[in-house]
Amino acid sequence: MAVAKLDELVQHPQGRRAEPARMSGAHIICESLVREGVDLVFGLPGGAILPLYHVLPEYPQIRHVLVRHEQGAAHAADGYARVTGRPGVCIATSGPGATNLVTGIATAMLDSVPLVAITGNVATHMIGKDAFQETDITGVTLPITKHNWLVMRAEDIAPTIKEAFYVATTGRPGPVLIDFPKDVQQQLATFEYPRVPQLRGYRPTLFGNIRQIRQAVKAIQEAKQPVILAGHGVAISEAYEELKELAEIGELPVMQTLLGLSTLPYSHPLCFGFFGMHGSVYANKAVNQADLVIGIGMRFDDRACGKFSAFAPRAKVIHIDIDPAEIGKNVRCDIPIVGDVKNVLMVMNKELKAQGGANHREWVDTIWQSRKDRPGIKVRHSEKLLPQFVINKLSEVTKGQSIIVCDVGQHQMWAAQHYTYETHNSHISSGGLGTMGYGLPAALGVKMGNPEKSVWAVVGDGGFQMTLQELATAVQENIDVKVAVINNGFLGMVRQWQELFHDNRYSSVAMSNPDFVKLAEAYAVKGLRCIHKADVEKTIREAMEHKGPVVVDFVVEAEENVYPIIPAGTTAADLIEEPDLLEQVEESHIDRLEGESPALAESTITRRNGRGQGEGSNGR
Amino acid sequence: MAVSTNGHQKHTVVALLEDEPGALNRVVSLFRARGFNISSMTVGPTETPHLSRLTLVVEADESVLEQITKQLYKVVEVLKVSDLSEDKVVARELALVKVSATAQNRAEIMQIADIYRAKIVDVALDSVIVECTGEEDKIDSLISLLRRFGIKEISRTGRVAMLRGAAGATRAPDED
Repeated sequence: MAVAKLDELVQHPQGRRAEPARMSGAHIICESLVREGVDLVFGLPGGAILPLYHVLPEYPQIRHVLVRHEQGAAHAADGYARVTGRPGVCIATSGPGATNLVTGIATAMLDSVPLVAITGNVATHMIGKDAFQETDITGVTLPITKHNWLVMRAEDIAPTIKEAFYVATTGRPGPVLIDFPKDVQQQLATFEYPRVPQLRGYRPTLFGNIRQIRQAVKAIQEAKQPVILAGHGVAISEAYEELKELAEIGELPVMQTLLGLSTLPYSHPLCFGFFGMHGSVYANKAVNQADLVIGIGMRFDDRACGKFSAFAPRAKVIHIDIDPAEIGKNVRCDIPIVGDVKNVLMVMNKELKAQGGANHREWVDTIWQSRKDRPGIKVRHSEKLLPQFVINKLSEVTKGQSIIVCDVGQHQMWAAQHYTYETHNSHISSGGLGTMGYGLPAALGVKMGNPEKSVWAVVGDGGFQMTLQELATAVQENIDVKVAVINNGFLGMVRQWQELFHDNRYSSVAMSNPDFVKLAEAYAVKGLRCIHKADVEKTIREAMEHKGPVVVDFVVEAEENVYPIIPAGTTAADLIEEPDLLEQVEESHIDRLEGESPALAESTITRRNGRGQGEGSNGR
Repeated sequence: MAVSTNGHQKHTVVALLEDEPGALNRVVSLFRARGFNISSMTVGPTETPHLSRLTLVVEADESVLEQITKQLYKVVEVLKVSDLSEDKVVARELALVKVSATAQNRAEIMQIADIYRAKIVDVALDSVIVECTGEEDKIDSLISLLRRFGIKEISRTGRVAMLRGAAGATRAPDED
C-alpha cells in the first residue's frame, strides 16, 4: 500500500475529498499519530503489538525509541511531555508489557501530564479467555487514567485516537490509554481522520468567572499579608509571565510547591521558593501568617499543607484551578475560580491594574527580613562531602540554567532546596506519586524534547537502581544526559524517617551497591566518581564537557538529613530546623543571590509604580 | 430528609451517563477509590437511546456530596449530575419478599400486604412472594411486619427518583 502518499488520497488540495483509503488498523494508528503531530514515541514491542511494529518502519517521521523496560517508556514520554507541553506517547504489548506501564501512567496521573499509552492486546475472540499475555489493562488502569478505551473495531481507531489526544491534552491534562487487540490492528478499514472529537460529556471550563475574579482582586487589595502559592498548573498553562506580572502589580510574595519550582526565577525579588514539608523556614512562616492565600494551579496537597485543618489558619483562600474537583477538596476555599491559569491571570492582572494594583511592601520586607535572619537554605560547613553541597555546586556551575530531572527521595528535596532555578520549567520531578526510578528515564524524554539544553538527572543510589537499564537506551539513541548519583548507601529518606520517627531503628534501608562507575562503563557510558568536596566542581565540569551520557557517582555523607522538615500531618509551628546549622555555614552562591535581592526588590516596585494605568488596557 | 445511623444525610444523586462499556465500572471504581459510601445504586435506560440513568443514594455531608458531584463530572461518559435531595421528588423502590406461609396464616399475610398496597405475586405450598413499591420507610415497615412469619428471601431494587412537575433533572446538555 502506498501509504506515504496517503495525504493526497485522503484530502484533495482544493479541499474536495477523494475516496477515503482502506488500510490496516496498524496503518490507521500510525496515520492518526502523524495527524496528531507525533514525531517521537517510546516503546518496546511484543506479540500482541507486532502488527503495529510491522508498519512502523513505513513512517520514518515517527521516531521510535526502544527502551529496556516499559516503565522507562512511560517515564520518558512523561518527561518529554512536561518540557514540550505536547503529549508523550509510549507503546507496549499486552499483559506484562502493559502492566509495566502502570507505574508510569500513575505518575503522569498524579502530576497531570498528557501521556498517551498505546497497548496491544490479545485478539478480540480471545479476550476474557485468560489467553497468553492477556491482561484487562483498561480495567487495571481505570483509576489511574483520565480516560481509557478498548478499541474493538478497526473503524473506531481513528475517532478513538482523536478523542484520546483531546482528552489527554485539554482541561487538566492527564494520561490516557488505548488498548488495541491484535486482530483490530490487522483488520482493514476506511481511514478518515475526524476533525473534532465526539465527547458529549467532556467540557473543561477554561475561563474564570469574572465576578469571582473581581472578588479576588478586591481581596488582594484588602489583604495585609497575602501570599501566592504557585503550583504545577502555572507551568502546564505556561502562565509564567502572567504569574510574574500578578506578583509585581499586586506586590505579592510567591511561594512554590515542589512542581511549582521554576515558575518564577529564583533570583526574582518576589520569589520565596519552596514551601511545605521541606520548604524554607521563612516561606512556611509567611504562609502560616498569611491573611490571604492565593493558590494558583496547585492542589493544596498534604506535603505542601501539612495538617489541612490548621493550614494558614488566619487566611482567606483564593483557589485558581482548572479542575473544579480540586476546589475545597483538602482546604477550605473562600473565592473559587475555575479556569485555565493563564486565562484567569490575564483577566485578573487587567482588573488589578485597572484598580491601581496593590501595595504590600511592608509585608514583603518582613519576609525578606525573616529570610535574612533565618536563611532558608544553607549548607552546613563540613570537611566531608555533603549531598547539599553537591547540589549547591551543581547550581553554581550551571548558573541555575540546566534542567534538573529528579528521582525521588532525599536528593529530590535537596535538589528542590539548593538549586536556583532560573529558567522556566527547568525542574522536573515526580511530585504526586513520588516514583523512585523516575529520574533517569524521564531525563531521556526531557533531553529529547529539549535537545539544546543541558539536562541533569539527579538521582539517589536507590531509585537509580530501579531503572538504570535505560542507560542502554541513552547510549543506543545517543541521548546526552548527565546523571548525578547522590550515593549515600541508604534508602535515604526512609532511613531519615526511621531515625526521626521510628526510634532510630534502621530496618532494611542500608544498601550494598554496585560500582556505579564500572556499571556505567559496562554500558559504554562515561563514569566518574567524586568522593572529596574539593573535586565536586571539577567533576561537574568534566561531565559537562564530555559529549554523551555520563554517570557521576557522588559518594556523599551517608546519614545526612533533609532539613527543615515539617513532620507529616503537623503544622508550620512543628517545623524542625537543622540542628546547629547557623553555627558554621558554607559559603554559597545562593548567599550572593540573596544578598543582592533587596535592591532588586526596590527596582521591581519602581517598575510597578512606573507603569501607567493606561497600560493595563492595552496589556495582554 | 432521611438521616442515616452515622448522622450523615442520605442524598439522592442522579447521573446521566453514556451507555458505553466500562462507564458504570468507572463510576463504581470512583466511589470505591475515594471512599464514598453508597447505600443503593440503580441503573437503567432512559427516554434517550444510548443514555443510562443512574440513581445513587449516598450517605454524605455537604462537602463530600460536593466532591461526589464534581468527581462524577470528571468521568468522561457522565453528562449530567443532579442532587435530588429535595422535597419535590417522587422516590420509589421495589421489593420482592418471599415469606413462609401456611394455610393458617396466608390470609393474614395477604391482609398486611393489602394495607401496604402490596401484591401477592406468587403462591406456593409453604411460601408467598409479596411485591411492594414505595419509599424505603414503607418497605422497611412492611418487612418488619412480615418478619414474624419467617422471611426466606428479600430482593430490593434501591431507590429511583424523579423531580415532580415539568422540570427535568437530568436532561442531557445537548437536548436543552
